[in-house]
Amino acid sequence: MTSQPKIRIRGLKKAFGDKKVLDGVDLDVEAGTSFVIIGGSGTGKSVLLRCILGLIAPDEGRIEIDGEDMVTAAPRRREELVQQIGMLFQNGALFDSMSVADNIAFGLRAKGRAKADAKRVSWSAARLAAGDILKQVGLDPSVGALSPSELSGGMQKRVGLARAIAGTPDIMFFDEPTTGLDPIMGAVIDGLIVDCVKRLGCTAIAITHDMASAQRIGDKAAMLYQGRLVWQGLAADLMNSGDPLVDQFTHGRREGPITMELRR
Amino acid sequence: MNFVLEPIAAVGRATLALIRKAGAMSLFGMAALSHLVRPPFYWRVFFTSLIEIAYFSLPVVALTAIFSGGVIALQSYTGFSQYHAQSAIASIVVLAVVRELGPVLAGLMVAGRVGAAMAAEIGTMRVTDQVDALWTLSTDPMKYLVAPRLLAGTLALPFLVLIADILGVMGGFAVSTSKLGFAPDAYIINTLAAVKPMDVIVGLVKAAVFGFLIALMGCYHGYTSRGGAEGVGSATTSAVVGASILLLAFDYLLTDLFFAQ
Repeated sequence: MTSQPKIRIRGLKKAFGDKKVLDGVDLDVEAGTSFVIIGGSGTGKSVLLRCILGLIAPDEGRIEIDGEDMVTAAPRRREELVQQIGMLFQNGALFDSMSVADNIAFGLRAKGRAKADAKRVSWSAARLAAGDILKQVGLDPSVGALSPSELSGGMQKRVGLARAIAGTPDIMFFDEPTTGLDPIMGAVIDGLIVDCVKRLGCTAIAITHDMASAQRIGDKAAMLYQGRLVWQGLAADLMNSGDPLVDQFTHGRREGPITMELRR
Repeated sequence: MNFVLEPIAAVGRATLALIRKAGAMSLFGMAALSHLVRPPFYWRVFFTSLIEIAYFSLPVVALTAIFSGGVIALQSYTGFSQYHAQSAIASIVVLAVVRELGPVLAGLMVAGRVGAAMAAEIGTMRVTDQVDALWTLSTDPMKYLVAPRLLAGTLALPFLVLIADILGVMGGFAVSTSKLGFAPDAYIINTLAAVKPMDVIVGLVKAAVFGFLIALMGCYHGYTSRGGAEGVGSATTSAVVGASILLLAFDYLLTDLFFAQ
């Protein structure tokens, strides 16, 4: 008997005008595993995550979480399903009108918002707890007093991660977690992501261009090309998959089956 | 034939685009209103917005009102003295300020200051994924960003207009008594005799409508902005221009509704 995947996607399609971005994506992500999706710029990786989050409505297909289809679920139920998901955005997406501590406290209080029967954490208690969560991502609690604009890119990513894990989500999404960071900081962020996912026992999907990051974060991996997942396998096999599309992409070769669309 | 039809088609396209935009704004406004009556309500955002609009707009509104009152007194004196009707100046000043200039000028000042700031703030949040981040943190952006600002705008502007009414009349009083030779007590008696409670109430109703429209335009254009810094800049411009035009259009409609005989 096979266990039900935490996230199951079937026949997912999304087009913007004439441009088909997702053209029948099928994907299973087992509970407690980290799945990495690689692919070139503009291949629809972010659109896929946004469809799962309900930020973009797909044209066709099913997106199931724990066997329940989010696409056809009632809006209220869809909100409840989305509330299981935490997300680290590419640029951190920290609320710049709030301090770092308030950003994390906001994430912590989101848990109370998600579950109507849960007792909401007060702002003062949430701010106190923010210091502990900052420590979990390798930052000193004194950083909580700063505003997001005072932080470096790497620190913003860490605070974004702290805010995402504050609500103890069952599912985590990571959108290009190492983009714009130097290799050492990238490795640090990847290490934090692996630690957080293990500690929370959550299911993770990461999208990235960074092959080193993909192998560090992922248990399994897939490549999105022309709106479809053209290869799926172990993240450890990414660099020698035997698939000509994946090999060209992971080794950064100019020659191969992938043709880049150049705009004049 | 194209030479004839093309301009007509262009007008048709522009009209359709305008109607589509008006429809989208109406739906946006109704969605935001529905969030006002459904919990949770974000009081912190509401009070922050209320202070931003009502308190920090006070200096600009106050100065505008004082000078406008003074200008009306001067201009009406120039015209009315030709017909020996200077005694009507106190009435003209108070009615012009309370019925029209108070709400309209305060509205335009707030549209420039607060409407632009709302569009820029929400627009920046939109293009930096902060709006999407709210959604992933179990917070409806319409409920968190839009509904409290709409309520704050609707409540703050009547307060500002009340202040503008008082200061505008005082501006007219100061110019009339110090420069035009009016007796202070006679000016005050004429002012009080001319103004009726309904004039003030209608001015405040106008202000509430203007406050709602300014906040709606700021939130709508910020919320729907796209394309980075350029998109935020154009959202800010659209918010101020849109709010100013709507404000003047609704001013006419409300004046026609309340004052047309």
